[in-house]
Amino acid sequence: MAKLKSFGDLETLKKSITGKRDPKKSVIAICNGTGCQAYGCKSVTAAFQDEVKKQNLADKVDVMPIGCPGFCERGTLVMVRPQGIFYQRVRPKDVPEVVAAIGKNSVVDRLLFTDRQTGAKVTHESDVPFYKKQRRLIIGNNGLIDSTSIDDYLAIGGYNALAKALKMKPEQIIDEVKKSGLRGRGGAGFPTGSKWETTRNAHDEVKYIIANADEGDPGAFMDRALVEGNPHSVLEGMIIGAYAIGSHQGYMYIRNEYPLAVKNMRTAIQMAEEYGLLGKNILGTGFDFTLKIQRGGGAFICGESTALMASLEGKVGEPRAKYVHTSEQGLWGKPTNLNNVETWANVPIIINNGAAWYSQIGTKGSKGTKIFSLVGNITNTGLVEVPMGTTLKEIVFDIGGGIPKGRKFKAVQTGGPSGGVIPESMLDMPVDYDELTKAGSMMGSGGMIVMDDKTCMVDMARYYTEFLEGESCGKCLPCREGLRHMKAILTGITEGRGKKEDIALLEEICATLGDAALCQLGASAPNPVISTIRHFRAEYEAHINEHKCPAGVCKIGAAAVK
Amino acid sequence: MVKITINGRNINAPEGVTVLHAARENNINIPTLCENEAVAPYGACRLCLVEIKTAKGRQRLVTSCLYQVEEGLTVQTNTERIQKIRKMLIELLLARCPDSDVIQQMAKEHGVTGGRLTPQTGNNKCILCANCARTCEEVVGVSAISLSKRGVERELTTPFGEDNSDDCIGCGSCSYSCPTGAITMEDKNGTRKITWPHNEMKFKMKKCSVCGQFWAPVKQVEYVAKTSGTPVTDYDICPNCRE
Repeated sequence: MAKLKSFGDLETLKKSITGKRDPKKSVIAICNGTGCQAYGCKSVTAAFQDEVKKQNLADKVDVMPIGCPGFCERGTLVMVRPQGIFYQRVRPKDVPEVVAAIGKNSVVDRLLFTDRQTGAKVTHESDVPFYKKQRRLIIGNNGLIDSTSIDDYLAIGGYNALAKALKMKPEQIIDEVKKSGLRGRGGAGFPTGSKWETTRNAHDEVKYIIANADEGDPGAFMDRALVEGNPHSVLEGMIIGAYAIGSHQGYMYIRNEYPLAVKNMRTAIQMAEEYGLLGKNILGTGFDFTLKIQRGGGAFICGESTALMASLEGKVGEPRAKYVHTSEQGLWGKPTNLNNVETWANVPIIINNGAAWYSQIGTKGSKGTKIFSLVGNITNTGLVEVPMGTTLKEIVFDIGGGIPKGRKFKAVQTGGPSGGVIPESMLDMPVDYDELTKAGSMMGSGGMIVMDDKTCMVDMARYYTEFLEGESCGKCLPCREGLRHMKAILTGITEGRGKKEDIALLEEICATLGDAALCQLGASAPNPVISTIRHFRAEYEAHINEHKCPAGVCKIGAAAVK
Repeated sequence: MVKITINGRNINAPEGVTVLHAARENNINIPTLCENEAVAPYGACRLCLVEIKTAKGRQRLVTSCLYQVEEGLTVQTNTERIQKIRKMLIELLLARCPDSDVIQQMAKEHGVTGGRLTPQTGNNKCILCANCARTCEEVVGVSAISLSKRGVERELTTPFGEDNSDDCIGCGSCSYSCPTGAITMEDKNGTRKITWPHNEMKFKMKKCSVCGQFWAPVKQVEYVAKTSGTPVTDYDICPNCRE
């Protein structure tokens, strides 16, 4: 393929791609995300390819492996388009029937989703309750494209935003991003436009941009789904950002445990380079930008921006104080703009639709949508994208389908291992950066772990403290030593060795971590402990005073008697 | 020069210096363990936390060893909040290194009695401030020791954890920079012995051809000769006899 040398070339290419596609042809879209791969989607995809040939439907039906559309609980997911039929839990043995049904214009009833509340079968994807209340601006495209095909991305309007942005002045782009109200999706919620502006205005010829795809929170996989399922959306956002900031070199830091994400992003970069959308003289505008992938080494802390940069430089991934911002002195001492994968993926949407349109979505202080990974004791495990300000109740019950096995909701932990728990009494809370912080938790990267009444909150706090103790880099004293003792005290309580003074001591250590830790890992590490003490103090007291675990998780009877 | 106030005192401090430096120059004491002017600030022990208010009115806690002075900065080094944090930090240190007399002394000064946290054994007075490793890298330039592993497993070690580090020249800078006496050094009968928390190494010393005193490890003399481009024979005489 010849490189695109102008905006006109891009338009011509797009027309030729869409022109070649037959709108009357059906498409069987099969989720090939990591979740569905665990269900065996590869053999399902192969079976569809064979079966379409076998039934002589190759000229009427296309088979398309797609990225994760989010409803992981019901994999392998298969969608038939343009009819919009949604099949779930599809196994290779179901394939001949599905293909035959397409030929006959009918539907395989037994593979349809059953609405638990009404008991009715749901035929169409758009009617599935899990999707109905979502607004899938970002993750929605995962289901429409084969992530290894740049042509698929171009066919749905991909790189339009880049063409539009390259006709704008860099300052105009930054202004648009600022007006949109976009805040960092990695967790801290810093205004993206302001960060870009600081980096742009920093006095240095060389500037870097970085995409943080070192998603390490247990149970969180939205960034993985984006990089695997729609890598070009992240790439497009980064190229626009690089142009706005004045950077010519970018890095994508992907955790090594995400092999498919690395592979798909590598393919995406290669294809974008071949088309001249990345590299030297992008679309003939004279703007150069190259992007390299760096795989993480397996440390949770490397998701922290300064630790990530140290790791990129080949040093030990340890954070440093950020009194001088990385937007002024970051990677190799140069001004560096780091954003999370999801933040970058928001950029093309803002440029395409404008800040005025974008800022209508969400709440006063938090604009746009947010992808959450809904896991734990929840009926519909998966990725959920909702406008900021959607209540927890809507997410957990309307979209998530509530708690399985007839059990009761107890709490939801937001923001990953260092987030806090939110009890039932606060379920009507609208989810945005500020509300979550006020409630003693945080947005974090968007993990949501739902817990039922069989969950022991002390044991839960102990589990996360142990996780964080293992992931603390050990550089600063309060994080390293504080977590060690917090874990020991919490383990003591769950084993029936708790003392009356333990709660106050935990609170004291927690306060010290919050105030004195070097980075946010340490400063937010007390959240699970503080929030469970705040909302479930009685459970701590039952363990300590009565040697009882109300949830029946901790085996403390025998140990306590000794 | 910039104007700042520390604990209500008006102070003029040169631009670019840290709050800790400015405080010291004015005889205001801020406790610290991991700070050493020979190496770049690190911010690991957190004892030097102070409360600041910027000219714009932003209030926060910062480590004074890292935070640079700026016009109109107001600093409080010993508020109730700071004292509370420091006490807890010292309590954590005391549990980590119960045998360190430096930590014990610090606990006494701050009224920390301990006893609430389970004390650890086997840390041999090392608080993992990395002063030794940073001095070895930044000042000596050999990186013979460094910290390895992460979190609670973090420890001071030689390359690949071997008993002997080929790179070590026996200069003993690590021992000089250790704030808690976790690394000791002893010269006896022509041999220098350096003891780290997890291993020890011995070095043959060079004898002065004039006074007959053993004055430096042979490896260190060779290293200095090599890096300065001078002949090893220049170091046959000890500095005292050379004068």
